[in-house]
Formats: sequence, structure tokens, C-alpha cells
Amino acid sequence: MDSKFIKTIKWLGLGFLEPLINLFQGKETDKNVRLVLRQIIAPVLSVFIFLGVCNFGASYLYNIEKERKIEKTRADQGGAAAEEMERCIDSGEASCKPNSLPSPGDVKEGAKALWADHKKISESKKAFKNKTAKINAQRKASGLEPIKYTGRPSFVDQIKTSLKTVFAGFLLAAFLAIPAGIVLGLSETLRSSLNWIIQILKPVSPVVWLLLVSMVIKTVLANSDSDKSFIISFISVGFCSMWATLVNTTMGVSSVDKDFLNVSKVLRLGVFSNVFKVILPASIPMIFTGLRITLSVSWMVLIAIELLAQSPGLGSFVWEEFQNGASNSNAKIIVAMFVIGFIGFMLDRIMMIIQKLVSFDNN
Amino acid sequence: MMSNAILDNKIMLECMDIKKSYPSPDGEFVVLEDFQLKIHEKEFVSIIGHSGCGKSTLLTMVAGLNDITDGKILLESRKIRGAGPDRAVVFQSPSLFPWMTALENVMIGVKQVFSHGTKKQREDICKYYLTKVGLGNSMHKKARSLSQGMKQRVGIARAFSLKPKVLLLDEPFGMLDSMTRVELQDVLIDVWSKEQITAIMVTHDVDEAIFLSDRVIMMTGGPYAKVGDVAHINIERPRNRTTTIEDPRFYKYRQHLLEFLDH
Repeated sequence: MDSKFIKTIKWLGLGFLEPLINLFQGKETDKNVRLVLRQIIAPVLSVFIFLGVCNFGASYLYNIEKERKIEKTRADQGGAAAEEMERCIDSGEASCKPNSLPSPGDVKEGAKALWADHKKISESKKAFKNKTAKINAQRKASGLEPIKYTGRPSFVDQIKTSLKTVFAGFLLAAFLAIPAGIVLGLSETLRSSLNWIIQILKPVSPVVWLLLVSMVIKTVLANSDSDKSFIISFISVGFCSMWATLVNTTMGVSSVDKDFLNVSKVLRLGVFSNVFKVILPASIPMIFTGLRITLSVSWMVLIAIELLAQSPGLGSFVWEEFQNGASNSNAKIIVAMFVIGFIGFMLDRIMMIIQKLVSFDNN
Repeated sequence: MMSNAILDNKIMLECMDIKKSYPSPDGEFVVLEDFQLKIHEKEFVSIIGHSGCGKSTLLTMVAGLNDITDGKILLESRKIRGAGPDRAVVFQSPSLFPWMTALENVMIGVKQVFSHGTKKQREDICKYYLTKVGLGNSMHKKARSLSQGMKQRVGIARAFSLKPKVLLLDEPFGMLDSMTRVELQDVLIDVWSKEQITAIMVTHDVDEAIFLSDRVIMMTGGPYAKVGDVAHINIERPRNRTTTIEDPRFYKYRQHLLEFLDH
């Protein structure tokens, strides 16, 4: 049972916990102590060192900014005002805080503020829902659209919106790139005829894709009242990220083990069986490697695209906070950075687990 | 004598003036030239020779997996065209589809050959051969989880279950350790003696060639490889490993083959 548990842990990518579990059970103490030191203590320690370096850097920049602010006050308004300013800064008053790189402590405060804000917004949403429940029921009965909450989205809502956009973009990429990759992989003629176009389009920047997509969408959906900024951003995300899957699927399909193809020839499998029973299963590992890259690229370009497309989500959150310039805006941006990184990491892990489930070479 | 009786059987497979060459910067590189071979029905023929003499090339040409530069190969007097299940191949690397179970690996071929039968009939065929090669209890295991020896057992079952006209064995035991190799030779000879399918095997192993074959073709080293010598193995069938090895004729054949190869 224990070994099964360890297997599950390893399968979930939490293999670093294995020596700790063994240590608790008193197995091979010397070896496991060394492994715990290397796999758990050392990473934790390096996180602390990282925080320390950040803290040092932040306070160094803070001091420079503080000096500059005081000197500027002295030059503009004289010594008394400068002393007043220094006292104000040291008291921690938000209105005169120098605007610099936030320290880990500031970031923690920023995260707390975001969470409190989320709670507040959820409360008001709930209250709104209760208030409008009756009216909405009436409106529904008479065939009218329900009244929707139109207040400001919280940080958590922004994360949800971003995830929705990424999934829409990712699915679009997968639906375009996998079938196209299979067809290209099977036909050498098609492969070489489209090679130039693919090679040229592949390195195009997300920004340009966004502009291109909005040029088309603007015309196509001119008379539609659908959520254009969402459509533009998810299509752009899909176009930016599909290349990895396209190239990997093409490669996987065109480089299936020759032995498998020989067996298929000897058995005289039909085209359908050959593709679906031999070529596709054989290229699944490559296709999934592509999909993993596609998912991380879509998450990465999403922020830039949301920022430009004025589409709600983490990207516009970061941009708005930067424009906003409130005393804790910088801290909120750093919080968003870590949230983005963590979600990206989790998405990759989920893809890895799915890949293990469907691939034949997973042992 | 049994082997001489086989020589009265009709010709199953005939290689006529086979040539295989590849273009190379210094002109054409000839692997095989002017190669002739006639194989009778129910005959088991081994082709032995040094690495690079083109014996595997010859086998893949018979299988239809490799183009013939010149000459022709006739199966029951008809020219072969491409690969097909009438010339089943046991590959050196078992080449099973690792994402399928042992049974599915055999089934995919049987489905092609017995498309007229019911599902039950096809399954019975697969199970019969898998049991024959000693995998009665592991047929639902994924191919990737089988050992190399077990994989090759599935490979043998897959080939026989196609009921081919000719069975082609491309160094079938080359990747196995010597213990497993002996085991699988016994499995092969056991299934083969029931089915009596015309077989061509490529091998480097002298003992294996003598033990399994009616005739051993010795090929000269390449390039321009051709048939160097032929040994008719007149040991009665069904053969048994212990009695065959104790047979004085076995040593005579062994000597003959080794002398040719040492050359």
C-alpha cells in the first residue's frame, strides 16, 4: 500500500516528498536524510535566500528613491518641507511613500489587500444577486434579459477570465494544429509546399497576430454584439501558440518508427486503420510535447494580448495597476506576477499528467 | 528421407536473377547480384552469412518492403507486388505496437486476413496461437510491459495467425539472450511442425540454422554477394533438441558451415 502511495505521489510530480515519507517510516535513515537535505531543505533555503536578496534590493532602491524625494522637496519648497517629508516617509504614510520596487513584505500586504478586495466584491455581488433575484425572475418570465452585475471585477475574477481565454485559445490551437499536423505529416508534398509559409508565420510576434486578428474580426463581426475583445484575444492566443503543436505533430507523424510502418505494410492495413491505429498512437508523445509547449506559450502571450486588446483578465489588471500608480500598485503587480507564474506551472503539470495517461511510453 | 521428399514438392517461392544496388558517390554499390533461389512448399530454408552480406536485404525484398533493382521474385509463379500478409514477417525487433495488448497486436492482422469470419472466430484464432507460443495467461497485457522474449513470442504468433504462404524470419532471435533464444527456437519449431508453412530464416547462428532447417544457404560476403554453398540437413523431423545435438550428422553439418564462414 505504501509503495502504491509513493507511486501516486511520483505520478503527480511530487516525487521530492518520497525521502521524507521514507524517513518517517525509519527506512535507510542516512540515505534519506541526505535526500531530504537535497530535495526539500535546499530548495526551501534557496527560496529564503531569494526573498532576502529581493528584500535587500528593494530597500536599497527604496532608499535611493527616498533621498531623491527629500532632495527634490528641499529644492522646491525649502528645508522645513524636506524635514516634514522625511518624517512623513518614515511614519509609513501611504500618501508620501516613495514609488519603487516593493519588498517581499509589501508584496504580502498587496496580496492581502487583493484578497480583501475580492471578498468585498463577492459580498456586493451576492447582495446584488439577492436584490435582483425577484426582478430577474419577472424579467425572465416576460422574456427579457436579466439584469447583470456591472461592478468592477476582483483579482480572482480576472484570473478566471484569463483562464477562460487561455483555454479557448488553447482549444482553438489544438483543433487547428493537430489535424493540420497529421495531414502535413502524411503528405510530403503538402509539407514542402507549406513549409515556407509556416516557417515565416511561426516567429511572428503576439502583438502582430493580435492586430491581424482584430483587422479580420472587426469586419467579420461588425454587426454582431458578441464580446469582440474576448474573441479577438482568444483567437490571437490560439494563433500565437499553435505552431509548436503543428510542428511537433507534423514531425511525430512523419517520423513514425519504420518498424511500425513495415508491420502496417505487411498486414496491408487500410488508410484509416493505418492512421488511427498505428500512426496516431505512435505520435501521441510528440503531439503532447507540442501541446505542452502550446499551453505554456498561450499562457505567456495571453498577458501581453489582454493588455493590448483591452480584454479583461490578468494582463489588463497588470496594466491598470501600472497606470493607476497607487501606493500598493507595484506590490499588486508583483503578486500578479507570481500568480501568473504559479498558474503557468500548474497548467504544465496538468498537461504532463494527461500526457502520462495517454502515452504508450510512460514507464 | 524427409528432406528429399520436400524437394519433390512444388516450388513455392522463386528468386530469379535478383540484383540489389544503391547509388553512391563512387558509382553504384552492388549488394547482391545474380542471386537465384528456389524454395519448395513446406520447406524451411535458412540463409546464413556474415554481417553486411545482404541476407536481410534479400529477405526484405521478398517481403516486399524493399525495392528490387533487377530480376524478379515469384510466389506460386506470380510476381510479387509490394508487401502483404501472404508473406508474414517476424522482425528482429519484435515491432509490436506498444499501445496495444498482446491479443490486439495479433488481432489487427487476423482482422485483415479473416475479414469474412465472425469476431468470435477471429478471437479464437488469436487465442489459439498465443496459447501455442506460451502466452495463454498474458494475452491481455500491454505489449510494452512484456519482456523481449515474450514480445518475440507475440511476433511469432502474429506471423503464424496470418496463415501466410511464406513465413519470413529476419534474425528473429538476434536480440535475445542465449537462454531465451533456445526456448524460442523450441517454440518456433513446435508451432512450425504443426503448420508446415514454407519458411525462410536469416540468421548468424550456425546451430540455430541446422536445428531448424531443411536447407542452409551460405552466402558469400558482400558486395556482390551470392550463394556460396548449400547444405541439405537430412535430420529426421520432428526434431528434438537433445537427440539432434547428439546426432553425429549435426557435427558434420556444423563443421561444414563453420568452415565456409571462416573462409
